[in-house]
Amino acid sequence: MGDEFVKSLEELKAIRDRMQKQVGLRESDENTIRVVVGMATCGIAAGARPVLEAFLEEVNKRNLKDVTVTQTGCIGVCRLEPIAEVYVPGEEKVTYVKLKPEMVPRIVADHLVNRQVVTEYTIGAAE
Amino acid sequence: MNLVRSHILVCTGTGCTSSNSLKIIEAFERELEAQGMAKEAQVVKTGCFGLCAMGPIVMIYPEGACYTKVTPADVPEIVSEHIVKGRIVQRLLHMESDEGGTATSLSETTFYKHQLRIALRNCGVINPEDIDEYIGVDGYAALGRILTEKIPPQQIIDEILASGLRGRGGAGFPTGRKWQFTHDAVSPDGVKFVCCNADEGDPGAFMDRSVLEGDPHSVIEAMAIAGYCIGAQQGYIYVRAEYPIAVKRLEIAIKQAKDYGLLGDNIFDSGFSFNLELRLGAGAFVCGEETALMTSIEGKRGEPHPRPPFPANKGLFERPTLLNNVETYANITWILNNGADKFAAIGTPKSTGTKVFALGGKITNTGLVEIPMGTPLRTVIEDIGGGCPNGKKFKAAQTGGPSGGCIPASLIDTPMDYDSLGAIGSMMGSGGLIVMDEDNCMVDIAKFFLEFIVDESCGKCSVCRIGTKRLLGLLTKITEGEGTLEDLDTIEELCYHLKSSALCGLGQTAPNPVLSTLKHFRDEYVAHVVEKRCPAGVCKNLLRYTIDPAKCKGCTLCAKNCPAGAISGAVRAPHVIDQSKCIKCGVCMDNCRFSAILKG
Ligand SMILES: Cc1cc2nc3c(=O)[nH]c(=O)nc-3n(C[C@H](O)[C@H](O)[C@H](O)COP(=O)(O)O)c2cc1C
Ligand code: SF4
Ligand code: SF4
Ligand code: SF4
Ligand code: FES
Ligand code: FES
Repeated sequence: MGDEFVKSLEELKAIRDRMQKQVGLRESDENTIRVVVGMATCGIAAGARPVLEAFLEEVNKRNLKDVTVTQTGCIGVCRLEPIAEVYVPGEEKVTYVKLKPEMVPRIVADHLVNRQVVTEYTIGAAE
Repeated sequence: MNLVRSHILVCTGTGCTSSNSLKIIEAFERELEAQGMAKEAQVVKTGCFGLCAMGPIVMIYPEGACYTKVTPADVPEIVSEHIVKGRIVQRLLHMESDEGGTATSLSETTFYKHQLRIALRNCGVINPEDIDEYIGVDGYAALGRILTEKIPPQQIIDEILASGLRGRGGAGFPTGRKWQFTHDAVSPDGVKFVCCNADEGDPGAFMDRSVLEGDPHSVIEAMAIAGYCIGAQQGYIYVRAEYPIAVKRLEIAIKQAKDYGLLGDNIFDSGFSFNLELRLGAGAFVCGEETALMTSIEGKRGEPHPRPPFPANKGLFERPTLLNNVETYANITWILNNGADKFAAIGTPKSTGTKVFALGGKITNTGLVEIPMGTPLRTVIEDIGGGCPNGKKFKAAQTGGPSGGCIPASLIDTPMDYDSLGAIGSMMGSGGLIVMDEDNCMVDIAKFFLEFIVDESCGKCSVCRIGTKRLLGLLTKITEGEGTLEDLDTIEELCYHLKSSALCGLGQTAPNPVLSTLKHFRDEYVAHVVEKRCPAGVCKNLLRYTIDPAKCKGCTLCAKNCPAGAISGAVRAPHVIDQSKCIKCGVCMDNCRFSAILKG
């Protein structure tokens, strides 16, 4: 909390915008895109943690609202780890496999922002 | 770089704090550090989630997983499983939130599904000790807009009028009209006041406490807006000293608002100034009555005085004063931000919006619930409340505490709104909702509330001081088996006399629990008086334990365990209880494996 006085709507709005993202994390409304990274033992061993961190960094850098990055347990295809699943409301779930942190910026830019699935990273391409 | 991806919300409401939630916060901070997660997960203190019976409550977002009855020993597992690996700790989940295996979100449980949170919108969502979080959910936006755009007070009052909002403190007076009266009143020196009633004296109620603990700024912002509307520069929040957490959160909130210049002089450079102070009440029930509350703020003994003059014209320090309840204020900014129409569309035409209830007594899910006005009592009892525990039968619900009345099971489909409840001799009240099952004696319930009233009567007028004592005497006589049918008539006469002649609301409403139980459960009173029997088996003097000779196998267990040596009988022959020796402890009934012992 700053010790500045809030004297205008702009100043109030500046605090709100900064906080909205933080508090917004707690509203799981239907418009939220969810990125879920598999983080069971196998995923962590395969390097899921740097992938998760890369997602967090990209999402923060681009200041995307309505996106949550979470982790989940074993998704069931350990040989393809690290895995991330992207849930865009109203669309089929997309599963990205064998992820590396370098691949994440493209998923965020193409899929989360422009809604274009990065087909070559998906489970379909790997199989 | 801020990498927070998970929020761990720990309830620090009164209920959870008393079940040690502060220790849980310490444990989380320690564990997150130890497991290298301190940068990714943030611990946030919040107000009450309404699940107090299941406390301490921990909610983890973004999954929205709700953990109940958490102990510090559970914390390492929650961190290593949930935070590190993303695996929900099933064994700690809220009991119904795992229906079907996937619904880990609290909003999907039947407890929440029927609820609509307006007054409690931020409770359990934001950290009440951080003004920035409140601003993050559009806090102070309404005040900012009004002051910077110089919206005329009349326009805001019209909006409140159009919303149909009625006072949540008990009487249900239209809030917009109250604001209008105080706005229109002329003060000799231009000074007016805004007050908030946070005395919450109804035993078993804690709606207002939860709002103050979970979202103090919503009340502060609404009071500043009210000050602007009626032309007051000073406000007081009268809060009971028994609410230490609420008091502390209010103090922090007022200080933070002052530091930001959202309270104090020249707010938003608009020329409008508003200051707020706390006044602690010593906890007398009568101090919640508006005239008594004001004399108490003035530093005098909190005693009611006759109205008129009404506070809107001559209140605190003889100046026009606006007094509203905590929950009433908590609705104001929602209405101004979302529109009066949207508020008026919720509930019923004459009772708009929602009401918060503190569910207590014989109900599975005790806690805090907020429902649209007009929701049938059945939904509250059966769906949200999960029914009476141990498969017992629902008998009645008491609303309005010691000033209210009961709703019998036969009227369980009554809509919960001001007019429907009034029509059946109960009332909305401030939100206490006590559930009774087949094991509750209605005469005993009426006596319980009257005992409370006799303790709390200030004694200023003799009808109340003497009348309530006489009523209590008559009820006691009935529960002891000494009552007569004439006593029932005397009770009714006394009640009507009290209602019409007592000076303040305390005395005027004191007969309500008696009259409503007498109306809906007269047969139970008659059983006490004529048959000398307490059907629910509560009134000890009327209780008789007997042994059914057809069922008794003569196992001697009861005789061995009876502390009074009241049971005799030969082995393998039916036993008998000597009523003159029996002290009605019930031990024999608990011991008999053949259900041979009867109570009644
Ligand atoms: C004996 C008695 C106790 C009361 N206690 C409270 C109380 O604890 N809290 C409250 O808000 N109103 C209480 N009231 C009602 C207040 O007098 C007043 O009507 C109310 O605070 C007005 O606010 P509202 O219009 O927002 O409901 C009580 C009234 C009586 C007669
Ligand atoms: S009615 Fe009772 S509480 Fe109210 S002023 Fe009279 S004595 Fe006091
Ligand atoms: S315990 Fe039951 S069965 Fe045994 S002697 Fe007593 S009443 Fe009879
Ligand atoms: S109720 Fe208690 S005192 Fe009476 S007979 Fe049973 S065990 Fe003995
Ligand atoms: S105090 Fe924690 S849920 Fe009510
Ligand atoms: S006190 Fe914890 S749920 Fe209310």
